[in-house]
Amino acid sequence: MTWLDLMLILDSTLRVATPLILCAMAGLVSERAGVIDIGLEGKLLASAFAAAAAAALTGSAWVGLLAALGISVFLSLVHGFACITHKGEQIISGIAINILASGLTVVAGVALFRQGGQTPSLPREARFPSIKLPGSESLADVPWFGPFWRELVSGHTLPVYLAVLAVPFVWWLLWRTRFGLRLRAVGEMPVAVDSAGISVTWLRYRAVIIAGLLCGIAGAFLSIAHGAGFVREMSAGKGYIALAAMIFGKWRPWSVFFACLLFGFLEAGAARIQGVALPLVGEVPIEVVLVLPYVATVILLAGFFGKAMPPRALGVPYRKER
Amino acid sequence: MTRLPAWADYVLIPLLNLALALGVAGLVVLAIGENPLHAMRVMIEGAFVYEGALGYTLYYTTNFIFTGLAVAVAFHARLFNIGGEGQAYLGGLGALLVCLALDSWMPGPLLIPLAIAGAAAFGALWALIPALLQAYRGSHIVITTIMFNFIGAGLMVAVLAGPLMRSGQSNPESREVAEAARLPFIHDILNAMGFDIASSPLNLAFPIALLACFGVWVLIWRTRWGYALRAMGQSEPAAVYAGIPVARMIVAAMAISGALAGLMAINTLLGAQGKVVLNFPSGFGFTGIAVALMGRGHPVGIVLAAFLFGALFQGGTELDFEFTTITREMVLLIQGLIILFSGALALMFVPWISRLLGREGGA
Repeated sequence: MTWLDLMLILDSTLRVATPLILCAMAGLVSERAGVIDIGLEGKLLASAFAAAAAAALTGSAWVGLLAALGISVFLSLVHGFACITHKGEQIISGIAINILASGLTVVAGVALFRQGGQTPSLPREARFPSIKLPGSESLADVPWFGPFWRELVSGHTLPVYLAVLAVPFVWWLLWRTRFGLRLRAVGEMPVAVDSAGISVTWLRYRAVIIAGLLCGIAGAFLSIAHGAGFVREMSAGKGYIALAAMIFGKWRPWSVFFACLLFGFLEAGAARIQGVALPLVGEVPIEVVLVLPYVATVILLAGFFGKAMPPRALGVPYRKER
Repeated sequence: MTRLPAWADYVLIPLLNLALALGVAGLVVLAIGENPLHAMRVMIEGAFVYEGALGYTLYYTTNFIFTGLAVAVAFHARLFNIGGEGQAYLGGLGALLVCLALDSWMPGPLLIPLAIAGAAAFGALWALIPALLQAYRGSHIVITTIMFNFIGAGLMVAVLAGPLMRSGQSNPESREVAEAARLPFIHDILNAMGFDIASSPLNLAFPIALLACFGVWVLIWRTRWGYALRAMGQSEPAAVYAGIPVARMIVAAMAISGALAGLMAINTLLGAQGKVVLNFPSGFGFTGIAVALMGRGHPVGIVLAAFLFGALFQGGTELDFEFTTITREMVLLIQGLIILFSGALALMFVPWISRLLGREGGA
């Protein structure tokens, strides 16, 4: 394998990992505040649809992104209303959101476009273009750095860069700001935060809203940056893989980021190794590669390589004592 | 916390949730620009009136009874079994393997019970690993069962497109099982008895599902084990203190739950289709969650809720024929809303209903 090949593989890994990174960061923020987010998949799907539908109707990718953020935050608020305000079961609420999204996207898609649940395929102007960074052509012949800059760093769409930036942002927000300290405290011991006179409810609402925004960007990536329109069940389990990556990364931003890259690499690589005999193991069916993220997460959860410790108050609604 | 009288808890609240879900769905239909009452009539006709419609409705009901019971049994121990989808899928594999091995010579009365046992065993097995991990390693069962849904789906694709793929077929699906392994259709039985019934995929899996309901009722409310299970669901520390072996109970409850989900496969494999096709559980495992919530975990409630969802699914297919703007996915929307209202927002109405009832009682 040449250096260029490696750059190309990493490039497609990053592309596949983008929705995973954004959704996993969303889950991380929400769960660090103590709110389980099984609904990542639903928010991803709904925002992918909203982005494509709005972009198809207005011809603007930016309106598409806004619509994606809007619907995703709306679903987050539904989740918050059920789980924070009414202290409902967080897992059930998440499942409800996933099923709602998978029904609503098709119902709305058929009603709006009459194409069996798809949106019309989007013209170039209604999508986020690839961004060519300066120097990607002129430096292309520089050994090592040229291919690295041109293939891996340059030429992605806006949401890909946002995904990479989301990681240090979430880290900074949660570990370097007062808001983040409180947010994490609310996921570990809400009573302490409450007794300091800070609203547990409002903190958790802000956490799920941030999660909604991040999922919204991920959805826009699927349908108006990476793809050119929405198709049914477009999220295809990516929200769940993101959930797995979040656990695999033990609720820590950089570990989660690398887990997403690893899972993205497996998926990007799965297509390449199909039908190729590998050393030692021979030919591996593609299905086996595709379920590896789930298997790895189960093994991790079983405590066989390090213990994954969730936030202590995860999934527990906060009841104020009177 | 405020307690409601039983009739309010078991009848009023589910009906209120259903009305709310239908109300929101009706608003969506209105927003699309169609008449919600017209859509409702189309669905009711599709579910009950047309020839064979009721049979289809009861056929779907059968699926939902099994997956609803599966969720409910686990839920009585405060365990969320989200893996019904995967367990039903693997149940199909279990029954299929029995049929492939034995259906060339074994007569039906022997083969069918074995195939049913195969479905239950594989369903139980697929729930067993998450259960063991929860019981002995503390891994969160919700996450592991979700993961096992995907692992199961991958495994089934590999198997159905690989060794078990029917030769000369381009779709990944198994060969048809022998006639001896098939559960008789209800319409065949009734027609033989002199009734004139339209054909439908409704088969003997339906009475088996009702038997399973009775079995679950006995198990949960009439045995020592069921008492221990419910005690554990109420309070795990109390259960430990009372000497209930919590870890073993978790494993047993999940195995039973998985077996019930696995039994869903007999309705399609041994009943309607005679073969295992790709993704045959098609979301029915998830619907089980809605059924169990709406049925309040009780077998009678589950039968009623399963019937409701059976009618919704069968009626929903009729939407596709009648409207160009509304599709059967409307039913998924209703399902999501029901889960939201009767599960996640279950506590929303309790205060004001109890206030309402309290005022009535006081006056």
